[in-house]
Amino acid sequence: MNLLAKIYVTLKGSVLDPQGAAVTHALHALSYEAVQDVRIGKYMEVTLSAPDETRAHELVRGMCERLLTNPVIETYTYELAEVTL
Amino acid sequence: MKCAVVQFPGSNCDMDAVKALNLAIGESADIVWHTVASLEAYDLIVLPGGFAYGDYLRAGAIARFSAVMEAVAREADRGKWVLGICNGFQVLTEGGLLPGALRRNESLQFRSEIAALEVVNADTAFTRHYRAGETIRIPIAHGEGNYYADEQTLQRMRERGQIVFRYAREHNPNGSVDDIAGVINERGNVLGMMPHPERAVHARLGSADGARLFTAIFASWREEYAAR
Repeated sequence: MNLLAKIYVTLKGSVLDPQGAAVTHALHALSYEAVQDVRIGKYMEVTLSAPDETRAHELVRGMCERLLTNPVIETYTYELAEVTL
Repeated sequence: MKCAVVQFPGSNCDMDAVKALNLAIGESADIVWHTVASLEAYDLIVLPGGFAYGDYLRAGAIARFSAVMEAVAREADRGKWVLGICNGFQVLTEGGLLPGALRRNESLQFRSEIAALEVVNADTAFTRHYRAGETIRIPIAHGEGNYYADEQTLQRMRERGQIVFRYAREHNPNGSVDDIAGVINERGNVLGMMPHPERAVHARLGSADGARLFTAIFASWREEYAAR
């Protein structure tokens, strides 16, 4: 089966995000005073083929932990869905 | 002393490292391409500055999986000296040879200037020609040199003397925790630093303070070689 993994990578809560802080300031300057915090991350789409969903989950977690994120500073979530190519 | 300078696609301080080794200690280093599978012949391996694999994804993230990095890990295990400068430091943290990670500079700006560093640990093979507490001047040139490690890791590193260089008080250029500019592994044979000692080997370059890092490794090697 063919699957699409939508992977969201963010900095861990304990890690300062200077880009997010700069964007927060910019939004405040545009009068969006409602904004309390902005965290900037990365979004990736990985298309893959796997025999079943269980294996696909294993593959996605493996690639996230080995390459797509640095576990020292980042964390991730993902959504996985079957797609027709 | 046999020296290798690893060249990744995107390295750009490789020739500076070769010339610095030649000027500081009279050794001619080999440039070694990132596909090389063995570094057994070398006593010192330098991972130079630059933008290996374009710094895609994260600085050092892709370079750490190149064939040569398996060889670097193997030689580090054998106790060979490994020096990662700037991008080389990023590759070493990504590869788990050194603790922590390097984030985007807090200012979000690329900083290129001469930095004042405090030598925190002068009792390593790399820093024995400095005095503990001495201030040295070494250039920095990076956008992602903002060192991070969690508090537990930092405490462990402090206890073991693994913090080797700090930016001088009030002169932290990138937001690094604890003002950290360079760290060493527990065994004391793998050093990573954001500043560029290879760009500070002659007064005409603005500072000659980096030369002593190379003379120190050379002296360490001579002692070890004589003891064999």
